[in-house]
Amino acid sequence: MRDFASKHPVWTVIILLAVAVFIWLIFAVWPKGLVDVIGRKKVFLNAVFNGITLGGLYFLVASGFTLIFGLMRNVNLAHGSLYLLGGYIGYFVASSTGYWLLAFPVAFVLVAIVGILMQIFIFRRMEGQDLRQTLVTIGISIVMADLMLWGFGGDFYNISPPSWLSGPMETLFVTGVKRSSGELIYLKYPVVRVVIFLASVVIGVAMWLILNRTQIGMMIRAGVDDRDMLSATGARIQLVFVGVFAFGAGLAGIAGVVGGTFQSVAPGEDIRFLLASLVVVIVGGMGSITGAALGALLIGLAEQFGSVYFPTYAVVLTFLIMVLVLAFRPQGLMGRS
Amino acid sequence: MALAESNPAPKIHDARERVWFERIPASYWIVSIALLIMPAFASEFTLYQVFGWSFILGMISLSLMFLGGYGGMVSLVQMSVAGLAGYMVAIFGDSAITDISLGWPWYIAIPLALIVAMIFGTIVGSLAVRTEGIYTIMITLAVAAAFFYFTRQNYAVFNGFSGFNGVLPPNLFGVDWRQSIPFYYLTLFWAAVAYFTVLYISRAPFGLALQGVRDNPRRMAALGYNVNAHRIAAYAFAALIAGTGGILLTWQSAQISPGTAGIGPAIDILVIAVIGGMSRPIGPFIGAFIYVLLKTFAIDILLSVGLSGERFQLLIGLGFLAIVFFSPDGLLGLWDRWQDYRKRDPLLDRGEDRL
Repeated sequence: MRDFASKHPVWTVIILLAVAVFIWLIFAVWPKGLVDVIGRKKVFLNAVFNGITLGGLYFLVASGFTLIFGLMRNVNLAHGSLYLLGGYIGYFVASSTGYWLLAFPVAFVLVAIVGILMQIFIFRRMEGQDLRQTLVTIGISIVMADLMLWGFGGDFYNISPPSWLSGPMETLFVTGVKRSSGELIYLKYPVVRVVIFLASVVIGVAMWLILNRTQIGMMIRAGVDDRDMLSATGARIQLVFVGVFAFGAGLAGIAGVVGGTFQSVAPGEDIRFLLASLVVVIVGGMGSITGAALGALLIGLAEQFGSVYFPTYAVVLTFLIMVLVLAFRPQGLMGRS
Repeated sequence: MALAESNPAPKIHDARERVWFERIPASYWIVSIALLIMPAFASEFTLYQVFGWSFILGMISLSLMFLGGYGGMVSLVQMSVAGLAGYMVAIFGDSAITDISLGWPWYIAIPLALIVAMIFGTIVGSLAVRTEGIYTIMITLAVAAAFFYFTRQNYAVFNGFSGFNGVLPPNLFGVDWRQSIPFYYLTLFWAAVAYFTVLYISRAPFGLALQGVRDNPRRMAALGYNVNAHRIAAYAFAALIAGTGGILLTWQSAQISPGTAGIGPAIDILVIAVIGGMSRPIGPFIGAFIYVLLKTFAIDILLSVGLSGERFQLLIGLGFLAIVFFSPDGLLGLWDRWQDYRKRDPLLDRGEDRL
């Protein structure tokens, strides 16, 4: 951080100014002139919140993707299929048992098992052949997409959160002032989104702590840098690989349940989330957890702001960000060159 | 992944003694004569749907093979380039959407479409060459997705979800090119042109330099070659082939819409190239032929084993997995290995040395 400030003083000032304006926009009561220009504050705040929570969901998907990529150089293009599988599993667990919370561990474990099987039976046999592994993951995603279409049909499934999480909650953010009484109006926001966002923050922080403060994390970080050297020091690298793959796949499964609660589970979502995690990881930097968090936040915000303020080109905005990052910083915002 | 290999050089003293047509291998004669007299006994459906479509998909896939096999860059954007060329023909030329189509004559619309496709391919290429290997796939996949979403949401130029219909080839020489036999020869002609151009370039200085860049970019840079310029030029050339294929594809179905160049078709192009094999330019055409056969007749096969005809994707996916698993060089790799096996000396149990 300090390095960055001393190296790029101009950029630092610009970024700080942008952040300050953003914070002012969130907390202040908007003057009338501003409302005339960019619309009501409620719309803006909703876009901010939706963007941040969507970013949380993207982070859950992309962090597993980036972890697997960083350690094993395996671009797992079947990651979206794992996400979708988690969503379906979550739906059936939640609707048959009635416990929404139960859906998370079950989806995590089952999808992690699928990940372990993939790693043991497929990827271990072609280690070091990046391109071939990627091609295999494309094949797996085609097969899995069709099997899921076969098994679950083309319907939309919606995972409904339990009653204590449904409904809106009052937040501390002012959206406007009542004309008659002068009272402040506060933003109401769905509880479940807030809870899920907090959960993804917790998962993110826990991942960061595990990676940076524990021995396993040390092994993983060493493996990201040089896996041959790590295995030469006697670490059981195959075990680490399997563990990381299982964890990354399990995260995708959890994200599937979250996505099914936020939006819906349906064929085609696998490609959507695969692309989202691709873009997030390209923007954030390959193999970096903080990069995935930053990228997910940026992409989530861009998508929501795009759909509110220029609906026609919402999707294109995210790709524009990607192209800009590629043009000026090919290794991603947080990536190491 | 298959690395393209240069064919073993013909023995030079032989080659000089013989007349030029004697130097053409027998297999070329057989295949070209078979393809030329095909309309005499094949049905209209076979000519138009099976062969016409195979040649078109083969051309688009060939552009991927050129990038992947000779340049070491697996680009998933080729289908978008093809789609863009198709769109441009519909926009500059004639279509049923008269509000948008400019209705310019074909001799302006088609070159313009190819130029636009080449510019697009070059821009994507110059973005993609900033990264290497596996990243190229990710970036080009993302660009292909962006193209799909953009065309789907842009109504002013690309006419959104429905795209353009009624895009017909010009009535050149008084021939209706959408009749099955003329269309067959049209696609065959352009596929052959693309095939031989790629074959020629692979042996020309540019192609050899490109293969050098693929094998060792640092050494080529040290020799004074501009590595990135070669790669971007390869993207531009591949865009030309893909664009030609895209225009033919648009004429074949007389329409172009975002779905034509979606993410599924983009991946299909890769599947075709991998199934056929990326080591030689003939691979994509073999792959395309198998893909089209499967896509056309999968329903019958699946119904005969008691599955519903919708499981086509499963069949393609499993076939693709099997190929990647057992023969990373595709069917061409299987063929090469079989040839090796035949040449093996039973006493020494060693094949001829091949690289």
